[in-house]
Amino acid sequence: MSLSLNDVKRIASLSRIAIDDAEAQVVLSKLSGIFGLIEEMQAVDTAGIEPMSHAQEVSLRLRDDVVTEEDRHEEFQKGAPQVEAGLYLVPKVIE
Amino acid sequence: MLNKNLKELSGMLAGREISSVELTQEFLGRIEALNPEINAFITVDKDISLKQAQEADRRIAQGNAGPMTGIPVAQKDIFCAKGWRTTCGSKMLSNFVSPYDAHVIERFDQAGAVNIGKTNMDEFAMGSSNETSFFGAVKNPWDRRAVPGGSSGGSAAAIAARMAPVATGTDTGGSIRQPAALCGISGIKPTYGVVSRYGMIAFASSLDQGGPMGKSAQDLSIMLNVMAGFDSRDSTSLDRPVEDYSRSLDESVAGLRIGIPKQYFGEGLDPEVEKVVQDAISQYEKLGAKIVEVSLPNTRLSIPAYYVIAPAEASSNLSRYDGVRYGFRAQEYADLVDMYEKSRAQGFGAEVKRRIMVGTYVLSHGYYDAYYIQAQKIRRLIARDFTESFAKCDVIMGPTSPSTAFDLGEKGDDPVQMYLSDIYTIAVNLAGLPGMSIPAGFASNGRPVGLQIVGNYFSEAKMLNVAHQYQKNTDWHLRMPSI
Repeated sequence: MSLSLNDVKRIASLSRIAIDDAEAQVVLSKLSGIFGLIEEMQAVDTAGIEPMSHAQEVSLRLRDDVVTEEDRHEEFQKGAPQVEAGLYLVPKVIE
Repeated sequence: MLNKNLKELSGMLAGREISSVELTQEFLGRIEALNPEINAFITVDKDISLKQAQEADRRIAQGNAGPMTGIPVAQKDIFCAKGWRTTCGSKMLSNFVSPYDAHVIERFDQAGAVNIGKTNMDEFAMGSSNETSFFGAVKNPWDRRAVPGGSSGGSAAAIAARMAPVATGTDTGGSIRQPAALCGISGIKPTYGVVSRYGMIAFASSLDQGGPMGKSAQDLSIMLNVMAGFDSRDSTSLDRPVEDYSRSLDESVAGLRIGIPKQYFGEGLDPEVEKVVQDAISQYEKLGAKIVEVSLPNTRLSIPAYYVIAPAEASSNLSRYDGVRYGFRAQEYADLVDMYEKSRAQGFGAEVKRRIMVGTYVLSHGYYDAYYIQAQKIRRLIARDFTESFAKCDVIMGPTSPSTAFDLGEKGDDPVQMYLSDIYTIAVNLAGLPGMSIPAGFASNGRPVGLQIVGNYFSEAKMLNVAHQYQKNTDWHLRMPSI
């Protein structure tokens, strides 16, 4: 597999990371090296092997459907870049 | 004082030979003197530390002390600690003051330990050299031209330079064991699920595991007694009976079956590292252990499998950094998407961005089966290799790292070379097994060499016993760099 500059820009956009042409060129060469390493996996015959998604084969616990958290929004919002009336502010989305 | 183990320090505190405030001041002074050069700590807060020490002294006076009461502990800056800046080594969180405590922090608070500061680390724990930290590289106390390893390099360097008696670390692909090896200290990554991940900033959730770092296996056992245990707030925390990890330290290793995987002694291993590791294994034979050959044929594949799985999980975990709820937000932007993209482009460093992009790609439509699922199948093959090996042996031993600490800047520009240095540690995380590293000697360049001990699931007490017996018969773990 070989990546193109457009691939890198598309991946960056999917990742929500701004990238300019010069930076994309550098990233392209690094990612190509990394994918060269990853490609070694393709030669392995894994037919019939069950994927292992987790180190411990345990199922998720269930808990009672009750409120366990107290309202600490003021404390949590202290670190937010922009807050007004208990709401997080972002640039206008709907005109 | 600086070279004393936890039992000795605890005894001195109990016998009123020293107060926790004095002990804390001693280490704070050491940090003040050495940190400008070593850069092991990102944040030090004397007021908080000394307040905790006063509280510990009260507890000791009341006769309420436990084995860690009044002991200074350096906390990796990946653990959220209420009122402390918690950065994870990133510009993204450079002004984040945590409103809550991680489970590990709570446990140390309950034990009466003193938080002596937050240690430097690779950004979001992504690195093997500590060079990706937004707060600058950490220097190896044994040789300041060398890296301390990563990602828990600040914790390892802090212990090696005796700026803290013990520290916490986290290990996703070797981040406790490799810096422990490169800095000549001890560290253990427990079985996945033993230490709660609550409040431990997520990198790759199916691999991340917190654990203790210190001078000796005995110190690690005391630390692990505090850190381990069920926590309902981590959905993968295991509900198991409470263990005393010190219980079998003094057992003999006569008859112990040590598995030696031939794949850990092949091409790419520095001959001097090999010699030190072989000498350590010979020491175990003298103590009555038996050597068994085992095979881990898929070792080489652990690197590509890991560098698909870990970035995939990271790309998902790090999507939370959007410049809205907390963390860094870019100054100028045109609209919402532009704000996300610029905040993330400016807030993350190059390695973190690369891993997010690799992860995004391998999870994207059309590539998911070829990369992500294939990596998970290989993960199963790797776990099976260990299961088969542990049918024949009690522990597996080998080198922790293929070389001693490399020079600062040596691999910084080549991610693939950096990734290859994780060859002996990664498979353990993929399988979810416990692994540790203990100091076993030095190479001719004066840099430390670590012996890796891998155990079967939940065999931490056994591994600590095996390490302790070695440390009773050697003094590598007591060596200090001359600073």
